[in-house]
Amino acid sequence: MATGTEPPDTESQPGSGGVRSATRAAIDAPHLRTDRWWLAPAATAAGLLAFVVYSTWRALANADYYAAPYVSPFYSPCLAENCEPMKAGPNWALFGDWWGLSPAIIILIFPLGFRLTCYYYRKAYYRGFWASPPACAVAEPHKKYTGETRFPLILQNIHRYFFYAAVPVAGILTYDTVLAFRDEDYEWGHMGLGTLVFLVNIVLIWAYTLSCHSCRHIVGGKLKHFSRHPVRYRMWQLVGRMNARHMQLAWASLVSVALADLYVFLIASGVFEDPRFF
Amino acid sequence: MSVVDRQEWDVVVVGAGGAGLRAAIEARERGARTAVICKSLFGKAHTVMAEGGIAAAMGNVNAGDNWQVHFRDTMRGGKFLNQWRMAELHAREAPARVWELETWGALFDRTRDGRISQRNFGGHEYPRLAHVGDRTGLELIRTLQQKVVALQQEDFKETGDYESRLKVFQECTVTRVLKDGERVSGVFGYERESGRFFVLEAPAVVIATGGIGKSFKVTSNSWEYTGDGHALALLAGAPLLNMEFVQFHPTGMVWPPSVKGILVTESVRGDGGVLRNSEGKRFMFDYVPDVFKEKYAESEEEADRWYDDPDHNRRPPELLPRDEVARAINAEVKAGRGSPHGGVFLDVSTRMPADVIKRRLPSMYHQFKELADVDITAEPMEVGPTCHYVMGGIAVDSDSAAARGVPGLFAAGEVAGGMHGSNRLGGNSLSDLLVFGRRAGWHAAEYAGERASARPRVDDTQIDAAAAEALRPFSAEGEEPADGPPENPYTLHQELQQTMNDLVGIIRREHEMRQALEKLAELRVRARRAGVEGHRQFNPGWHLALDLRNMLLVSECVARAALERTESRGGHTREDYPAMDRTWRNVNLLCRLADPSGGFAAGDPVRGQISLTRETTEPIRPDLLALFEKEELVKYLAEEELYE
Amino acid sequence: MSSYEARFKVWRGDVQGGGLEDFEVEVNDGEVVLDIIHRLQATQAPDLAVRWNCKAGKCGSCSAEINGRPRLMCMTRMSVFGRDETVTVTPLRTFPVIRDLVTDVGFNYTKARQVPAFVPPEGLGPGEYRMMQEDVDRSQEFRKCIECFLCQDTCHVVRDHEENKQAFAGPRFLMRVAELDMHPLDAAEESGLDRKRTAQDEHGLGYCNITKCCTEVCPEGIRITDNALIPLKERAVDRKYDPLVWLGNKIRRRPASSG
Repeated sequence: MATGTEPPDTESQPGSGGVRSATRAAIDAPHLRTDRWWLAPAATAAGLLAFVVYSTWRALANADYYAAPYVSPFYSPCLAENCEPMKAGPNWALFGDWWGLSPAIIILIFPLGFRLTCYYYRKAYYRGFWASPPACAVAEPHKKYTGETRFPLILQNIHRYFFYAAVPVAGILTYDTVLAFRDEDYEWGHMGLGTLVFLVNIVLIWAYTLSCHSCRHIVGGKLKHFSRHPVRYRMWQLVGRMNARHMQLAWASLVSVALADLYVFLIASGVFEDPRFF
Repeated sequence: MSVVDRQEWDVVVVGAGGAGLRAAIEARERGARTAVICKSLFGKAHTVMAEGGIAAAMGNVNAGDNWQVHFRDTMRGGKFLNQWRMAELHAREAPARVWELETWGALFDRTRDGRISQRNFGGHEYPRLAHVGDRTGLELIRTLQQKVVALQQEDFKETGDYESRLKVFQECTVTRVLKDGERVSGVFGYERESGRFFVLEAPAVVIATGGIGKSFKVTSNSWEYTGDGHALALLAGAPLLNMEFVQFHPTGMVWPPSVKGILVTESVRGDGGVLRNSEGKRFMFDYVPDVFKEKYAESEEEADRWYDDPDHNRRPPELLPRDEVARAINAEVKAGRGSPHGGVFLDVSTRMPADVIKRRLPSMYHQFKELADVDITAEPMEVGPTCHYVMGGIAVDSDSAAARGVPGLFAAGEVAGGMHGSNRLGGNSLSDLLVFGRRAGWHAAEYAGERASARPRVDDTQIDAAAAEALRPFSAEGEEPADGPPENPYTLHQELQQTMNDLVGIIRREHEMRQALEKLAELRVRARRAGVEGHRQFNPGWHLALDLRNMLLVSECVARAALERTESRGGHTREDYPAMDRTWRNVNLLCRLADPSGGFAAGDPVRGQISLTRETTEPIRPDLLALFEKEELVKYLAEEELYE
Repeated sequence: MSSYEARFKVWRGDVQGGGLEDFEVEVNDGEVVLDIIHRLQATQAPDLAVRWNCKAGKCGSCSAEINGRPRLMCMTRMSVFGRDETVTVTPLRTFPVIRDLVTDVGFNYTKARQVPAFVPPEGLGPGEYRMMQEDVDRSQEFRKCIECFLCQDTCHVVRDHEENKQAFAGPRFLMRVAELDMHPLDAAEESGLDRKRTAQDEHGLGYCNITKCCTEVCPEGIRITDNALIPLKERAVDRKYDPLVWLGNKIRRRPASSG
């Protein structure tokens, strides 16, 4: 056999594509894996689904999202006139009074879009929800596959714009965390359990945002010669180290943002009082 | 029978390792239509296993280096038996060959000022080895492979056919070089995939098939190393040179058994690794031979200082040439100071921080972790000698790489003899491939060009004979019932490996070698009855049965030459003649087929297949001799040579 | 040292058909799957076809699927399986089978040819190349590739969709495009070849949905997805989907990425 003189045989029998194509080793089973390959996609799907259900409920609830000094990250910044008043908080009624729905919807578009087009989440839901593929070397159930070559999935390429948008959102959440160093009477220099929850959340949000693959590209990955840009090279290395943990950070920040919201909900709805440290 | 696929080419290169590909690139660039034949897939040749680097006196790390120093090191390493003109060409041309790789896309590790970094290696006076971590061979083969593809892309633009001027026939094996009278006329081979025979007609054939390690049980070589090129040349009437010199690399893995022999790169020692016996002693200090006494450290303190200050200290004895280290390890194990699995300890864990080890020796870390479950950053490795390289090979003309006595036949790389003398320095192999691969391709293209109008004719009877020979294993059953039942080729191979390992191995004794020759004769007779099951499509049993002919021929060469040379030198150690003998310095041993007309008459157990002749080497050119101190030459050269 | 009898199922056959054949075979301490296949050859099935070379995970010849997972046989130790577990070995299931464990990997060689080679910079002769280690690190990682084609085998784009083989180069050769695009001295752009754009337009980068199976199977531990494919996607975005970069290029009249 010479080096690929023969054109690759691209014919396949109708109804028997993929690993069951006529030229491939005749094995009926769609896969021969003996490990619990379904566990990871199932867990991913369950986790994502739980978050979607919870966040939909909370975003549409339009209630119990502010308990001074804490504002739920789902509602920050709050950009409509129907927002609850937050002293010095992130409520700027840019949308005026015509907006009648939950103000969460306005702002959640951005973090949602950021996560939806994120390279890690893409992997997670392509595998978990779309079974494309369900797991490595496990045949996928689809007849055709075009990946991200055409509408709508070609839109995944706009990930970096969501990154640009996610940075100011994270900035505002940082501001919220600073505000959380007040007490319920807006006196500065205090801290409660909620402050700690917010601190953890904001660190994870930033870590997730900055470890983004688009960020890695923008800060330095696009360069051809690192040696001519030593500062950007250092930044690229730093982002690269975080990027290696992008999956863990994606999950951790997803959980922490939901927990931060849940915490505010529990305080706002009076389930318990925010334990104050000082 | 002669209905086989026949194609015409200008140059046929047998083997697609470093030498073969470099030859093919050169031949194609000089206008010859070139075919490359390889036993494996394109890009899998044994060259990928080379780890340490390419020796080339570029002087990037130490400006004191130049070709003369490299030449000196090479001659010392080879104990002055080298074909000196080859050593000279090699030292002069190696830097250009390395730089050229960069223009084809190779990415070597860099110095701080952006040049190619060079590392220390056994027997090299200065840091000289261009490298990529410890996967230099992979970088070399991939670069050459990609250069071949680049040329094919050029041809595609011009002719619409990628393979119009340069084609790789992968997974094909050549079993015979065809001749028209004295001259080469082409090759005969089979396609592994289909089992079909084919003939490539060509006036020039370059043999670049590598080594013979698969004749030994413990070896770092892959299955391809069955001495095919050596045997093809012998059968075509070309002599083999100094086949007794077989290099046992001092550090192969010794455990687990399935990977026994797999190489542990010399860079482990070049970068600071030390050898210890079971008593924890750095025993190499006890094994520095007299000829090297002035060059190597006498204390551990001095040796350790050398890594940081090589100008004011002498190098550690762990970096002696490979033959010395291999013998030392062998002696330690024999004296009962070996490691649990019959080797010695090679330790980097106490010498370098873990992250440095992982960065500088990534594939060693990987190899031990995956295959032996040993973390080399935390514990020592167990290592022992493994058959690694054959210095002997096809006798060639130094400048043109043309095989002696067979016009149109060329050889380069490990399969060619002479360059490394009695022992090869680490890193000199990859540079050898490039320097002489290019020369072989160049001269083959030139030779073919001169004969474009009068191409040699391929003789049908030779094709029929070659086909019959290749099909023999399928009809072994039933034929010659008096001789016994068909033999299993796998069993024969194992017995051959055991024989060579035990009787013609690292330390040799006369009676053992005689015994080996008897055993080889017996195996040769039995190999005639090697039978295989199944059909011709990708049948490994059949392939092995055919390779046995080559291994048996080459093994006999090694054994006969080793028996003849009554001294110890480089890769040839005689227990009964333990010292180097200056009168042997200028003696070459040439192996030829005893009965060139006999075709495949290998069935006579009494008579060997190989005849040996002695030949006096050409005196070393005076200006090259002048590169050495007189005191040093006295140790190697006979009186009369010195004063000539 | 202890040995035991293991149960193996090995696929035997050719393009006409075939199936899993049962074997019982001795296994010793420290052995890998390839050792067992060799023992089968030497004792029970002399014509069992298998490709292998270095037996040390360096050449990438002995790729197969072991218990349904693409792996190198020489790097799969028997100790990872239970003694009573049946070990199933099949050829790669993405490529046409030739015989037994040997497949026709010609697809990969065809694709290799479609990636334009390194373009040497003009005005620099041999020996004059200067490159900094930090600038070659990225491409060097990709050059660790041993071309075992396990990533090509596991990638669902071609594994499950034969028809995509025309349009999609596969992870190995998209990584090759990335390697050349990140090579500090590659002069493709100066010669009018835009590797970033062709990655998408000619080598099918858009088919990749970054599900990372290539990274999972890579025996060299190359982070194909994170370090080659995603950066390449981002570079393609620079060219094709980023109006800011486009505008910047218009104004400054120079390629944005030529840092």
